[in-house]
Amino acid sequence: MTFSSLIFLFFFTLNLSAQGDAVNGKKLFNANCAACHKLDKNVIGPKLGGMTEVRENAWLKAWIIDNAALQKTDADAREAAKFSPTSMMAFPQFSDQELDDILEYTANPPQKKAVVTLTGSEGATTPVKKNNTLLYILGAIMLVMLLMIFNLYRTITEMKDDLPKRASFSEQAKAVWKAFKRNTFLHFLMTIFFVLLGVWVLFGWFMQMDVNQGYQPIQPIKFSHKIHAGDNKIDCQYCHSSAKNSKTSGIPSANVCMNCHKSISEVADDTAIGQFGKDVLDKEIQKLYDAVGWDSENLKYTGETKPIEWIRVHNLADFVYYNHSQHVNIAGISCQKCHGPVEEMDEVYQFSPLTMDWCISCHRETEVDMTESGYYKKVHEQLAKKYGVKKVTVAEMGGMECGKCHY
Amino acid sequence: MASNKKYWKSVEELDENSSIVDTLRQNEFVEEIPVDDFLGDKKSLEESSTTRRDFLKYVGFSTAAATLASCEGPVRKSIPYIVKPNEVITGVADYYATTIADGFDFASILVKVREGRPIKIEPNKEVGGSANARVQASVLSLYDSLRLQGPRLNGTSESVPNGESVSWSDVDAKIGNKLTALKEAGKTIAFLTSTDASPSTAKLVADFSENFGDVRHVIYDAISETAAIDAYEIMYGSRALPSYDFSKAKTIVSVGADFLGDWQGGNFETGYAKGRIPTKGKMSHHTQFESNMTLSGANSDLRIMVKPSAQNTILADLYNVLVNGASAKDANVANAVKQIKKAGSNAVVITGIQDKNAQLLALAINAEIGSEVIDVVATNNTRQGNDTEVAQLIADMKSGKIGAVIINNSNPVYTLPNAADFVEGLKKVDLSVAFSMTDNETAKAVQYALATPHYLESWGTVEMKKGQFSLMQPTIQPLFDTRQFQDGLLKWNGKTESYYEYLKTSFADLGADKSFAQAIHDGTFTATSSEEELPEIKVDLATAYNEVTAVKGSQQELQLYTKTGLGDGQQANNPWLQELPDPITRTTWDNYLTVSQADAEKLGVTNWNVANGGLNGSLVALSKDGITLALPALIQPGQAEGSFGLAFGYGRKNGMKSEMQVGENAYQFYKNFATTQTGISVEKVVGEHEFACTQLQNTIMGRGDILKETTLATFNDSSLDPKHSWNPVPMVSLKHKEVEASTVDLWEEFDRSVGHHFNLSIDLNACTGCGSCVIACHAENNVAVVGKDEVRKSRDMHWLRIDRYYSSDMTAKKATEEGVGVIRKFKEMEHPSTNPEVAFQPIMCQHCNHAPCETVCPVAATSHGRQGQNQMAYNRCVGTRYCANNCPYKVRRFNWFDYANNNEFDFNMNDDLGKMVLNPDVTVRTRGVMEKCSMCIQMTQATILTAKKEGRPVKDEEFQTACSIACSTGAMVFGDINDKDSKIAKLKENNRAYHLLAYVGTKPNVMYQVKVRNTGE
Repeated sequence: MTFSSLIFLFFFTLNLSAQGDAVNGKKLFNANCAACHKLDKNVIGPKLGGMTEVRENAWLKAWIIDNAALQKTDADAREAAKFSPTSMMAFPQFSDQELDDILEYTANPPQKKAVVTLTGSEGATTPVKKNNTLLYILGAIMLVMLLMIFNLYRTITEMKDDLPKRASFSEQAKAVWKAFKRNTFLHFLMTIFFVLLGVWVLFGWFMQMDVNQGYQPIQPIKFSHKIHAGDNKIDCQYCHSSAKNSKTSGIPSANVCMNCHKSISEVADDTAIGQFGKDVLDKEIQKLYDAVGWDSENLKYTGETKPIEWIRVHNLADFVYYNHSQHVNIAGISCQKCHGPVEEMDEVYQFSPLTMDWCISCHRETEVDMTESGYYKKVHEQLAKKYGVKKVTVAEMGGMECGKCHY
Repeated sequence: MASNKKYWKSVEELDENSSIVDTLRQNEFVEEIPVDDFLGDKKSLEESSTTRRDFLKYVGFSTAAATLASCEGPVRKSIPYIVKPNEVITGVADYYATTIADGFDFASILVKVREGRPIKIEPNKEVGGSANARVQASVLSLYDSLRLQGPRLNGTSESVPNGESVSWSDVDAKIGNKLTALKEAGKTIAFLTSTDASPSTAKLVADFSENFGDVRHVIYDAISETAAIDAYEIMYGSRALPSYDFSKAKTIVSVGADFLGDWQGGNFETGYAKGRIPTKGKMSHHTQFESNMTLSGANSDLRIMVKPSAQNTILADLYNVLVNGASAKDANVANAVKQIKKAGSNAVVITGIQDKNAQLLALAINAEIGSEVIDVVATNNTRQGNDTEVAQLIADMKSGKIGAVIINNSNPVYTLPNAADFVEGLKKVDLSVAFSMTDNETAKAVQYALATPHYLESWGTVEMKKGQFSLMQPTIQPLFDTRQFQDGLLKWNGKTESYYEYLKTSFADLGADKSFAQAIHDGTFTATSSEEELPEIKVDLATAYNEVTAVKGSQQELQLYTKTGLGDGQQANNPWLQELPDPITRTTWDNYLTVSQADAEKLGVTNWNVANGGLNGSLVALSKDGITLALPALIQPGQAEGSFGLAFGYGRKNGMKSEMQVGENAYQFYKNFATTQTGISVEKVVGEHEFACTQLQNTIMGRGDILKETTLATFNDSSLDPKHSWNPVPMVSLKHKEVEASTVDLWEEFDRSVGHHFNLSIDLNACTGCGSCVIACHAENNVAVVGKDEVRKSRDMHWLRIDRYYSSDMTAKKATEEGVGVIRKFKEMEHPSTNPEVAFQPIMCQHCNHAPCETVCPVAATSHGRQGQNQMAYNRCVGTRYCANNCPYKVRRFNWFDYANNNEFDFNMNDDLGKMVLNPDVTVRTRGVMEKCSMCIQMTQATILTAKKEGRPVKDEEFQTACSIACSTGAMVFGDINDKDSKIAKLKENNRAYHLLAYVGTKPNVMYQVKVRNTGE
């Protein structure tokens, strides 16, 4: 819809239905209609922008309140119902004012904010990093100046013969070197020091091998957990549904995405977009459609599918057995404990080191809640009797035995 | 002083004018070396600015860069479903009930499926199913990369020797036309199929013949039971086999019937084992007359070696005594009769003699004693072959009477003794079609080789026992472009429905006791068939008796048999089965001629060990009627003198990986479908053979604390304290006093009373040595196949082995009584008796509470869990092998090589398809680490997790290991001894329970139950 026609519509509809409140209308529209309708596009239902031009307001109100009843009496309504095999539900709860508000909104949506582009948004969306470089440079200059002043002062006093003449720098260095060459004990100490240092560095280097904390591969689809889990507060296990049942949390199959994305074909205006612009992210939704074979024009599946090849972020070695359901379902650990603030990540990275040290330190600290589960009842009684304790950690339950994770 | 010696280089130097001598003086080589040829373009080489130093710099840099880059982990992809099926939860196994009916093995099974891939077969115990080693291994045959992958037209021209692939629509058009033409020409269309015991297939063939007129359906079993079926027909009027319930048997007399093997379809061990565990002082008595040492003979209480031909005399004598009331001619027969009379109607006489008269006598004896064990009404349908019809078909094919031969799941070109006749006949028929899963000999010989799905990809109904139906359902999407035989029949008969739809619609007609969906879920259903009264038939038993007594033997006789591993040979390309040690000979990857010690001496045949521990044997030539085979000879204790044993199923070449092409084809000697062949000759020939044998010692050398056994009479003697008589507790000396070994300890006892404490009990009375646990362990734990050469070097990877021990004539008692010297005593103890008593002992890691392996590991890679499991952390192991050296049970296995992704070991783990069978919950071990039985910790952990999720205590029967599930005899019981009501806790207190090598003080968590033999005193 071009801008001029918008302007035209604005004036046109203002005359007809000035009594509606577009702001309230938007709220109602998003809550009740947005699942099936858009203003500028046919989805499950027809596009509603400009609908007031096509139909009378009274007819539209009657349709919204009970379209089935209207169809019985009105031929136009029967014709309109042919848009989709899915029939629209009735909304008898709306008051007349509310209906006016909705229609006002569809006819005359509040102006969009200017689209925030990539370059313009950088300062606004990412928090300002404190730039300390200048401060350091300033400090360094100050230090050099101070040293210069000190040297100058010293030279002046030497020239006044207040102090004995200093040996030249090279003479001093030579003397130190001579003394150093003679001191074999120092040699010994230094050898030990450097050997230990070398070993320490090498050990540290070996220990960090294949520890991929912070690993953030580029995914085939720029899926943002921030938008989904953060802003829209979708529960982690809505998509990762096998986490409570299985050893793997499971990457959701594309049909799970389509539960929502059947009707969400583009990024909403009020979505806080991170690094990428709306144009970019809209294309990412199109990638999902390509994968599942969804024809967003005709709203049907084509049957041509192309599996999405995600890059695995959290890789455990083959010789480690880890079970999500044990931790999520039984221990009740939140996903964030290991995966970090995923709801704030536009692109997921590996938050935890996933080393054995990291695993067992948690097992050492975490207490097992034995009060809830019927499984633990007997064990708890036995342990309480044996040790006179009320609480036991995972490690005490055998969670540090090799065979619990390695088989 | 300068030497004036002249060293001549060649005669050319004599010729002063020779140009060669001159050239040689100048140059090292006579001809110019073609340097330019191998350095390439000289010009560009000269123009190139890369110096040698530069080159070395580049090499150095790229090496360093590659090394650094390899420190990073690889990028792994994760590809989710587009639309996830509702029943699949990734990471959680689904189980489907289905049925195997491959023409040789029939069983109700459960299939464990992970993410749409079947990975393991388990017996469906809820409906009384059992799964032998071949059934367990059949899941790997699904992933055989050499399967027939689509329809193929053979021999279209010389230029396409392997045939060309065609589409199914082409096949349908061509075969459809041909069939119509044959119908119009009035020629016979013959179906040659193996037994599939499927009422729906029979119905489809019947429908087909209605349409096509002259249709003949011949059922052909590679290993025939026609004699028994014929006998049943004579006696009861219809073609079938009686069924047997050995749990009711108090006395079993078998004359040459290996019913714990594959006799009449097998699957008898569950019932048999029920009677073998002494309860209230009683157990069944089993007498076996046989020539080869079979599983049945090994498990019997009294085994009598009888040459195959002489078995007829034994059976006739039994008949004469029991039916005609004569007196026994043979002392052993008299003894058997005494046992039969004692048991009354709980006795049974069975025979494996492939002669209808002999089978008739056995039926008559059972009818006479009113045996409750045999059931002639609810018949066994798992063998239906008819040898006469097969012979007739071949004759008709050769004479050109047959228009089309359509073969299903049968490999006659390999299994027929007169395969050459069959191939000749094939050339004379207008249309030859083979539905086959593998690219076998028959698939190569016919015009159309049509790929069929594996049974795990198929639909079907199976009626194993009359009125008891099982359903077959697919558990995986078809891997290849395949079609079921039944779908083909429907199509060619002009139907549009699929076999599945046909099954579903015809289900209603069967009168099932449940809905189709419920039947699919359960895997079985029963249908009330109309009770037909068996007709009263007057049988001329006297003639049969005369015929049987008239059977003539010969000096040397051949007894053909099937092995536990390969059976009839259709799964010969399955490495698990090839590497499964034969329960009796413990030899892998081979078939051989079993020879008695006496015959071996006569022939000059020997077996000997070589330096690397491998077993070698002489070669012999076996010949009959102009066919001669050179075979290795294996000296078999218990082999009847004058008889020789040879196993079917080996020597296949087509559609087989080269490693799997072992042994010789015994079907060549299977004349007239008789497993006994007289008039053979065996001679020693030059050469020797290398066996891959997993057990070289045959006796326990008098060490009672390995394998304890006693007699039923001693066991029942209440005056004896088992601890000091038949199940003695080992004693050790502590402070100069003899005390029980269990009271002395180096270590402080760890308190295991909290939580679970797992134990495994193995009942040596119930264990028949069938080997299905070994294959189940392979499937569950990703155990590698190592191949014949490695097995020969004792590098087999079996986590679970079944040791077989023979008794020896020399015993400690005999030695003291006769004053035999120590050296002679032990020397003679090494030799098994001529007819030894046999015992099987499954051995896996004993999970010692005080494990010797744990204390010697320098890196603590093996440690103990509080649940009793001895754990092995592969990633920690550095491969010192101290643990294996310190293990008194020799159960640890070292990975010498990478068995996965290694062309040297071209078995299932080396190809993409074969890898699909791997269990994702168990690590695939790499080179240089030690591995061993984990007591299926992945299964116990999963069980505990399920209980935790459901917030309830674990039920006793939930704790299982792969071997305890696979064991259909109930010999292996696994559970938590801290659960005082559990089966295992009671078994631990049983007076038969003992620990292996208890005097070592290892306190194992695996216990054995003393073997009790019913010696009939």
